[in-house]
Amino acid sequence: MSKQLAAVVGVGQTHYRAKREDVSMPGLLREAIDRALQDAGMTFEDIDAVVVGKAPDLFEGVMMPELFLADSIGAAGKPLLRVHTAGSVGGSTAIVAASLVQSGVHERVLTVAFEKQSESNAMWALSVPVPFTMPVHAGAGGYFAPHVRSYIRRSGAPTEVGAMVAAKDRQNACRNPYAHLRNEGTTVETVLASQMLWDPVRYDETCPSSDGACALVIASEGAIARSGVENPAWIHGQVMRSEPLAYSERDQVNPRAGRDAAAYLWKRTGITDPLAEVDCAEIYVPFSWFEPMWMENLGFAGDGDGWKLTESGATALDGTLPVNMSGGVLSSNPIGASGMIRFAEAALQVMGEAGEHQVDGARRALGHAYGGGSQFFAMWLVGADKPS
Amino acid sequence: MRDVAVVGFAQRQTMEFDGSPNCVELLVPILAELWQQTGWTKDDIGFWCSGSSDYLAGRSFSFVTAIDAIGAVPPVSESHVEMDAAWSLYEGWLKIQTGEADSALVYGFGKSSASPLRRTLALQLDPYTVTPLWPDTVSIAGLQARLGIEHGRWDERAMAEVVARSRTAAADNEYAVLKGATTVEDVLAEPLFADPLRRSDCAPVTDGAAAMIIAAADSPRFRSLSLSTGGAAWITGFEHRIDPIGLGSRDLLRSPSAHVAGVAAGASSVQLAELHAPFSHQEILLRDELGLADDAVVNPSGGALCGNPMFSSGLVRIGEAAKRVWAGEVDRALGHATSGPALQQNLVCVMDASTGRATGGRA
Repeated sequence: MSKQLAAVVGVGQTHYRAKREDVSMPGLLREAIDRALQDAGMTFEDIDAVVVGKAPDLFEGVMMPELFLADSIGAAGKPLLRVHTAGSVGGSTAIVAASLVQSGVHERVLTVAFEKQSESNAMWALSVPVPFTMPVHAGAGGYFAPHVRSYIRRSGAPTEVGAMVAAKDRQNACRNPYAHLRNEGTTVETVLASQMLWDPVRYDETCPSSDGACALVIASEGAIARSGVENPAWIHGQVMRSEPLAYSERDQVNPRAGRDAAAYLWKRTGITDPLAEVDCAEIYVPFSWFEPMWMENLGFAGDGDGWKLTESGATALDGTLPVNMSGGVLSSNPIGASGMIRFAEAALQVMGEAGEHQVDGARRALGHAYGGGSQFFAMWLVGADKPS
Repeated sequence: MRDVAVVGFAQRQTMEFDGSPNCVELLVPILAELWQQTGWTKDDIGFWCSGSSDYLAGRSFSFVTAIDAIGAVPPVSESHVEMDAAWSLYEGWLKIQTGEADSALVYGFGKSSASPLRRTLALQLDPYTVTPLWPDTVSIAGLQARLGIEHGRWDERAMAEVVARSRTAAADNEYAVLKGATTVEDVLAEPLFADPLRRSDCAPVTDGAAAMIIAAADSPRFRSLSLSTGGAAWITGFEHRIDPIGLGSRDLLRSPSAHVAGVAAGASSVQLAELHAPFSHQEILLRDELGLADDAVVNPSGGALCGNPMFSSGLVRIGEAAKRVWAGEVDRALGHATSGPALQQNLVCVMDASTGRATGGRA
């Protein structure tokens, strides 16, 4: 049984800020949704179903906020699904929305992911003591820093590679009007001079905490043919994989769930050499060193070689595989939306609508997200051409 | 659409847990039961999806450790909805329809007893205008019940009849936490709890979990099923809708989302319905909205009034309906799930004894 084709036909984002005190939650979501609908040339009346994604409800202090958001996001009278897969949720949400179309059940689906974490306290929300579970009151950086240290030890990477990623992403962000951090003049030297937070992760190698939302309109082949959209981002393949937080011999530097997911995606899309065949990638890098780590996990580089891609400039905006052209999670991080932003930015690239951070001639782009303790992975490959 | 059947279902419900098991401890024996029912193992499952709530668990990422119950390797194709597991079933059904999977195992879990449930659920309301007033679930249901009485839609006796019939029906349900013969007079003799609701008009606070396996008929793996439970219940109608939440602007005597979902799924032609009605009057309201036939059997398991494990109760309703189809008691049955205050969001799953898709449902 082969599935129906689906493509992204509308993308909308909010401006990302530490605190969006100018809007309520419905206002924030509408900012992204209205832009996505406008981009798709549609109104709420054209939409068959809505899929919402966000990370923990404790981030806003509202239990299942999609219930109160139902009418402001145009879901009244329609099917509404709410996805939550930790930090990978933005990607998973886009995949679930695409499934609604690929299954043949719906023609046009609106999906939106958000976090307005300034309305509660994210650190508190992540630090609630739980029976039977070892508390890690170290924040996300404290949790991931040992993995980064382990990666550096295993790969022998020069210690400034993380700073190279941070400088690149922050410079890319200056080309993205929606980016939260727009730090002109960020260089490898200024990153290395920033405060050490969780050795070896420095302040400037760390993602911000943002308010923001991202929305997509996904449509079927038939609906696209009947619309005026001429540059859909066709979904060539998508995948989700999960594994437990801890088990004997689990490799948290290069998790099997991520490796399996990438291998499945490349196989499904007929890609045998990802580095040569993928034109650009938006991958989930909340701490700078995750760029080289994920390069290996995704199969763009062999074990221990991911940092060489970064060091060579291959992942720069003008490199052979530009990574995080938008500035990435390092520059804007509304957690529940961050994965969907990766998926959306990949779509914008193949639609040719990425503005100043457009990669010339991008035909195939990867969107990637991960969550939990590097346990949950969601990815899609979008293309300018209809999948063969 | 591919023909997809419910082929396995397991549940646990309790009003109190000795030793307070975590979600993994809840799920492992239930999954084992599913392997026993189907002859399958983890390797036969193409997609996994769960439903739960962080707020119910009082922590972020409550579903994260649940995947420990699946096993470590290989990693699984998996998703999660912050909804009742009935909606995770929908996501699993979708995944099978895309052709990316031939089977799905879905599960839900929650410990409603971990906090004052009615107060926790007040956090589902509009956080800017309503939540600060802390109207709790039972009070909101009380407003709905009162409105129905004032409009002549039902009376306290009709509500008590729902309770008595449910408790009596639950006598045969090993998983029901409230059961046994109860008369209308017994119920009416109870003091008022949240006028006009008595305690028995309200679902008990229940902990629990449930899991279900669905599979596509056109897959080679389907033929490897060894069904110890007797059969398959074919999903022939599957729809869900949501209404705006606004308590002041909604007509609380209507549930348009239930109505539209019911019509689209083919509810009017079922012989049996398991309705997720956490309050007695809501069964009456749902019967009307879904357009059930007068002779349709409703909640032969006892329904949510006899056990309401949050985030799996809707899936339990679908499972209980499927079991009646497996047993050959009926040819067509319906499972229903609700979410949000006062029947705001509703899902209807219609199942048939055969694969023929002669219903009004889209599936």
